[in-house]
Formats: sequence, structure tokens, C-alpha cells
Amino acid sequence: MKPVAFEYVAARSLEEAIEAIGRDEDAKPIAGGQSLVPALNMRLVRPTLLVDLNRAGLDGIESDGVLRVGATVRQTTLEHDVRTHPLLREAMPFVGHFVTRNRGTVGGSVAHADGSAEIPLCLSALGGTIVAEGPRGRREIDPDAFFVTHFLTTLEPGELVVETLWPPPEEFEGAAFEEFALRAGDYALSMVAVVVKRVEDMAADVRIRIGAVTDRPTGFADVEAALDGSFVTPAVAREAGALAAAAVDPGGSIHATPEYLRALTGTLVERALLRAWERAA
Amino acid sequence: MTRITLTVNGRKVVEDVEPRLLLTDFLRHRLGLTGTHVGCEHGVCGACTVQLDTVSVRGCCLLAVQVDGSVVETVESLAGDDGLSPLQAAFKRHHALQCGFCTPGILIAAEDLLSRCDPSHEEIVDMLSGQLCRCTGYAPIVAAIEEARDERSRQRETGQ
Repeated sequence: MKPVAFEYVAARSLEEAIEAIGRDEDAKPIAGGQSLVPALNMRLVRPTLLVDLNRAGLDGIESDGVLRVGATVRQTTLEHDVRTHPLLREAMPFVGHFVTRNRGTVGGSVAHADGSAEIPLCLSALGGTIVAEGPRGRREIDPDAFFVTHFLTTLEPGELVVETLWPPPEEFEGAAFEEFALRAGDYALSMVAVVVKRVEDMAADVRIRIGAVTDRPTGFADVEAALDGSFVTPAVAREAGALAAAAVDPGGSIHATPEYLRALTGTLVERALLRAWERAA
Repeated sequence: MTRITLTVNGRKVVEDVEPRLLLTDFLRHRLGLTGTHVGCEHGVCGACTVQLDTVSVRGCCLLAVQVDGSVVETVESLAGDDGLSPLQAAFKRHHALQCGFCTPGILIAAEDLLSRCDPSHEEIVDMLSGQLCRCTGYAPIVAAIEEARDERSRQRETGQ
């Protein structure tokens, strides 16, 4: 359980980081390292060069309406920042553990793109943006066009996540996060984020994102569309849950059968939707 | 080899390290600070938890080269010349340890939590979900941390 030998560069700026990453095709960036170092320890990852982003000046948080969160901002910092969207503040305690959130970063979680990760799910549910920069410049990416599958994104070789942009809570909007895991801090069996607007007691702009039972934050347009214009009663929420349960296609594991995971997802959608609706009032 | 300079338990340390050396192995093998334990080496068990620049972190998920210029505190720094720290003393009173393997990590994580707030029972239990103990069943650990919390809060109120 020790990493292979590699070279190490502590980048002092974003430019230096991009330059170093471009030098070696087996280079890996490291931010918090809460997923990468375990993978290094198990030798699942064998980089020849590790480029440390922790001192590259990517740890700022700015708010100009939209919250601009630097890639190496610690998860615990965002968890306790009053400007953080309530959806993400509700989800953050589910990210790893108290101690791992001290070191784990927001950008690292996004770039790592674990299908069970809460931060990507919330970013997608809120319609946020991923800002990436590489040798060919800076670009903004929609989360739904960023996450491809487990551990795979549309980042180009040599590109780094430098920032995530989080829209502020909107008027008439309510949001809720639900997750179920076998133990606190474990990977979720299923998780759901719901954002809904309540305009004249009718649901509008419904955004439901489901993770862990899918390989990336996944929305189901028909489930969202079915809710548009409705008054969300417990029966309506249960129906939406049933639609979501039918829409997902989880593989199942030693911990849970596909049938269980579908039913669980339906329940989580139902609960999150009802709570988001109540909060939107 | 990369030269790193840091402060460990108040002592300045200068060492040459291979980039792949984990902070845990650096502390244990180079500095002889074997109070920091190595359990799972993938961030799950919490036995290796140490304090880095005032917050608790997993020593096994950090490279020694990354802490260049930083201040690291390990379990060895908790007790003073006058004996156990209040949290350690509470652990002793409540029998909050049996084999002791998880204890250093739990003490460091608990000190971090207590330094931020007066944590509720639920917050303490949630913090402990990241620190595996297979002996105690956790109840005495929670009781010890709650007692240390109440003691701190009393001292704050009386201005001592």
C-alpha cells in the first residue's frame, strides 16, 4: 500500500500548473487528494508526475450574484459559507467525513467525477457551470455536458478544472437533497437533488438529478415535465417517485438488488420533492 | 529527493523526502512519532488523523512533500508537562479506549471539532462516523467528548 515513485511539482500559479501538466502525458493534478492518494496507495493510479494545485492560487471564493468557487476551496469551507446555496449546504455533510472534508476540494470532486459524488449532483441540479483551463485557453462547460460516466469527463488532456460557478437561490425556489447510504460517510446507494419553483402554487422549472444508481448526475425530462404546472401533493410526489423508479436502471450489488435500488430512488425523489416544494412556499 | 521544512509538535524539522512518502510514514519512520497509527491507508478508518495548520486531516492521504512550510501536530503534542489534556483525561475517566489503536486519530479529530463549536450529540456522532473504533461501541467516546465540551464551555463562561 505505497505509491509508485513519481516526480512532484508544487505549482505556484495556474500557468505553472498547466505548463507542468503539459510536460508529461502521465502527469496527474492533485488537489485535496482524498480520492487520488488512496488510489495512489493502492497503485490503481501510477502517474510519473504529480502536479500539486494547492498553492496555485485557486482557493478563492467570490460572489457577484453567482458564487465563483476556486477549484481548491476545501469542502468544509463551502459547507460553512453562508453564501453557499442551501441545496449544497444540505448535501455537503454527506461528502466523505468531517476530517476528509477539511482537505477534500470542491474542484477535485468535480474533476474526479465519481458517479456517487454529491457535489457534481448539486452542481448539475442547480444548473451551475464548470470552468476549465488548459493550453488552449479557458472555457465554460455545462455539468450535463461535462460528466460522461464514472471517473470520465469531457476535460481535454492538459485541461484543469479551475472554478465552479453556482447560481444563487432564486425567488419562489425550493431545493432539497436526499441520500441513503449503508453507513454515514459511505458511498450513497442512491441520492437525489430536487430544485423546484412554486409560482402561484404551480410547480415550474423542476430539476431532478439522480446519482449513485446512475453513472453520473442524471436528469429525467419526462419526470420533470410531468410535474410542471402541478400542485405538489404527497400523491403527486409519490407518482413522480414511481416514474423516477421506473426510469432508472441500476445494476445492483452485494449491498442491494436492482429492485431495491429502484424503490429506494423513488422514495428519495418523493421525499426530496415534497421538501423542496414546502421550502418554496 | 525534495527538501522539506516544517514544524512538528513545536519543533522545526528539515528532511529530504521522496515525493511518494506519505505523511504518516514520514511521522512514524523518520521522526519516530509512532502515536499516529496506520490503519486502512485509504482514508476510511481515521487512525492516522493529525492536525495540519489547525485542522484535522488524514495523514495517509497526504504526501510529506505537500506539508512543506506547514505546522503539524500529532497526538504526542496533546499532553503537557502537567499531564493529560482535558480531553485525554475525559477519555481515561470514561474508559473511552480499549486497544487504543483508533484513539490518537479520534483525539485529534475531536480537538478540531471542539475548537470550532460546542458540538451537539449528533454532531459528535457524525464526526465519529469517520473514525473507526472496533472495541468500545463508541458510547464512552461520545460521553468523554461531551464531558470535555461541557468543561470547555464552563471555563469559557467563568472566564478561566
